[in-house]
Amino acid sequence: MLIAVLSGFIFSLFLVVFGKFFKGRFSLAASILPLSLFIYFCSFLGPISSGEIVSQFHPWVPSFGLNLSFTLDGLSLLFALLITGIGFLVFVYAATYLKEHQYIDRFYGYLGIFMGAMLGLVLSDNLLSLFLFWELTSISSFFLIGFNNTSSESRKSAVLALTITGTGGFLFLAGAVLLGWVSGTFSMTEMLTMREALHGSDFYLLIIFLLMGAAFTKSAQFPFHFWLPGAMKAPTPVSAYLHSATMVKAGIYLLLRFTPILGNHEVWNTTLIIVGGITMFYTAFHTLFRTDLKSILAYSTVAVLGLLVFLTGLGTQYALTAAAVYIVVHALYKAALFLSTGIIDHQTGTRDVTRLSGLRKVMMPVAVAGVLAAISSAGIPPTIGFLGKDLVYEATLGMGDAAIYLTILVLFTNVLILYAGFVAGIRPFSGKLPDNLQKIKMPGPLLWVPPVLLAVLGLLLGIFPALLDAPIVRPVVEAVGGDGAAVQLKLWHGFNTVLALSGLTLGLGFLLYFIIKPSQGKVTAMGRLEAISPKNIALNFGNSFTRFSSAWTGVFQNGFLRNYVVTIVLFLVILVGYSLFSGSEGIVIDWRSLSKLTFYEIAIMSLMFMAVLFIVASRSRLNAVVGMGVLGYAICLLFVIYSAPDLAMTQFSIDTLTVILFVLVLARLPKYLEPSNHARKLRDGVISGSFGLLLALIALEVLQEPVNKEISEFYAENAYVLAQGKNVVNVILVDFRGADTWIEITVLTAAALGVFSLMKLRLKKDERRINE
Amino acid sequence: MELILALLIGVLYASGIYMMLRRSLVKLIVGIILLGNAVNLLIFLLGRITKGEPPIIPGDSDVFLQAYTDPLPQALILTAIVISFGLQSFAIVLVKRAHKMVKADDLDEMNTTDAES
Repeated sequence: MLIAVLSGFIFSLFLVVFGKFFKGRFSLAASILPLSLFIYFCSFLGPISSGEIVSQFHPWVPSFGLNLSFTLDGLSLLFALLITGIGFLVFVYAATYLKEHQYIDRFYGYLGIFMGAMLGLVLSDNLLSLFLFWELTSISSFFLIGFNNTSSESRKSAVLALTITGTGGFLFLAGAVLLGWVSGTFSMTEMLTMREALHGSDFYLLIIFLLMGAAFTKSAQFPFHFWLPGAMKAPTPVSAYLHSATMVKAGIYLLLRFTPILGNHEVWNTTLIIVGGITMFYTAFHTLFRTDLKSILAYSTVAVLGLLVFLTGLGTQYALTAAAVYIVVHALYKAALFLSTGIIDHQTGTRDVTRLSGLRKVMMPVAVAGVLAAISSAGIPPTIGFLGKDLVYEATLGMGDAAIYLTILVLFTNVLILYAGFVAGIRPFSGKLPDNLQKIKMPGPLLWVPPVLLAVLGLLLGIFPALLDAPIVRPVVEAVGGDGAAVQLKLWHGFNTVLALSGLTLGLGFLLYFIIKPSQGKVTAMGRLEAISPKNIALNFGNSFTRFSSAWTGVFQNGFLRNYVVTIVLFLVILVGYSLFSGSEGIVIDWRSLSKLTFYEIAIMSLMFMAVLFIVASRSRLNAVVGMGVLGYAICLLFVIYSAPDLAMTQFSIDTLTVILFVLVLARLPKYLEPSNHARKLRDGVISGSFGLLLALIALEVLQEPVNKEISEFYAENAYVLAQGKNVVNVILVDFRGADTWIEITVLTAAALGVFSLMKLRLKKDERRINE
Repeated sequence: MELILALLIGVLYASGIYMMLRRSLVKLIVGIILLGNAVNLLIFLLGRITKGEPPIIPGDSDVFLQAYTDPLPQALILTAIVISFGLQSFAIVLVKRAHKMVKADDLDEMNTTDAES
């Protein structure tokens, strides 16, 4: 399984090198990868349905508890099949869809990374590696959503998606670490056995808050839903892949995965029901106010995601079975609808449903796919959508006192989802073909076969639910902690409330479809409420934050060296000064510890004081350099007196060199500026004076503390014994700390090279012009 | 002596910072050099100063027989002197070059990395 997960990444790496040759006809060959992965995962159908769980373990960073351990159970298998199966169709579809695109190799590269990350996500048993793959899907989807990077709208929506899902990633990491800390393991299989302990933990609420935050952002739940409709700026194959089957379902996957570990708790269930309920109704309602096909599909996708969260929240046998079935239902019909919408867009150049009709006359196969997908989304028998909808009603009806409210909520959502499916799957193909669309050509089979395949599969699975029941749905239900055999999938349940509800849904849905027509007027009406939408609030927050940080940067990083120095110095003076004077009883100097002054020292010190004053006060550069020389030699004398012959020699030679260098280039250096004004001088004097005073005080304070000579003693004792040298300073530099000295030489070499090249640099004519 | 040396270090620090706060490019370099000297002397002082006991093992012995000055701060300062020379020489040449290219001798005119057209 490791190879299966990594193959997507390897494929992308391969494209980095061979991308050029890949363009053109070879892009179709890329679909071999998802196809072979799909077949590989299909081979697990047998073992998994007989209750087996396949595990593989590869240690990665065991000391952090980070391992690549993969577990394939029913839930993982369902997602793996969707990822690779729909991935295969999207790979095939995109080869034609993006044929003309300049960067089709990059597109496949991103797609490969995304597929690998998704597989890793659903197969990981280790929470930390799950997090890594989770983030990788966010990042690779960022590139996919912003693939048309010349459009600013596209870039914006990519950033928005990354911001929202990235925030969720942070929450996930925090939740994962907390969960790992509480349970003592990062393996989710092991956590299954600690259900009671985790439920009783003080951190339970915090953990589910963090994990739900991650799931809600990823799966676009209210109020984070807005990134998903925005992400429709991506090329249609991306939308089909990310939003029908994979990326946005990752949050659902996470919730289902943790249902047996953290679920069945009052807060868990209520939160999911409320958030899912609001999301599904709110966004399903929004589909009424859209005319862009992809936008309609996006909102209905969010509505279905809401429904899935809602079902996970209900948590009963029926609800979990319904969720499992609905994931398949939705993946099949929504991918088909996205792909057929893509074809319409590709052939006609518009996705505006008010301008599309009668397309069946020019693209019959696409119309078949659209209609089949639409009736599956509506839940009309004998499609698999009907089964899904029935199970949802079964689930809500079994909820005791709240059953009636939950059922009504789901009923309205279903009606609206039906409407959305019909608008996207039927309306463009029905009616009269307008004149301007007469010349539309029939798309190639590589475009229309994938959606038809998906739609027909939806029909087949509806007629033969047994194909889905035992191999897939049961293992999923068992993986999320339910009893797989409790609910039988069948098309006909007899005359009962559920059937009546289904009928009611269809009736209301048809009514809605025939009464309400999508129109520009409704889009505009909704646009007025834009200001208070969560999207706008988030955008405003982002913009204010940008403004705040650029203002903050403007204040501190203003480009004036002086201000940087002042900031640093003042900060140091205030902070260090405060701690120096607050804690202690002030500075006590033990005068006896200080050494006596002799004539030589007085002479040298006064020479130094004078040199410094001279340097600061002088208005001539040459004088200042002379002052520097005097100061350096005086320091040299000081080293001689205080037993540091090596330092004296070094200081002497270096100081001489500095003065020589300075004098050599002095003529080419700028003259001193006219003195700045007195107020500024005074201010700078106070600042630098206080800094000097602080340093002097610190020096005196330190002198009162005992000194630790352990390291020095080691060097002194071993200088000759170990390193055969008698000059200890020397031995330290070239032997004990030889590597440091070696690096120091490297630094000096770099400086010398820099000096040399700055001296010798001759600019070419055009470069010089820029500078002038 | 320590008291006066500490005072001198303070003065060196103060004048170094003061020179760095001027607008002139040359004064900036002078400030950096002063600051370098101040740091060296600070380390030297904090390693405790003693007279006439250089850290050199007498010729006929393997170890020290009498008191010796702490060699560690000296090793540090020696490194610091050499490195600050590298810094200073680079700074001097850089300032010369910048002056030639930008025709500015005022630090305040060099507050952006973008070429202004």
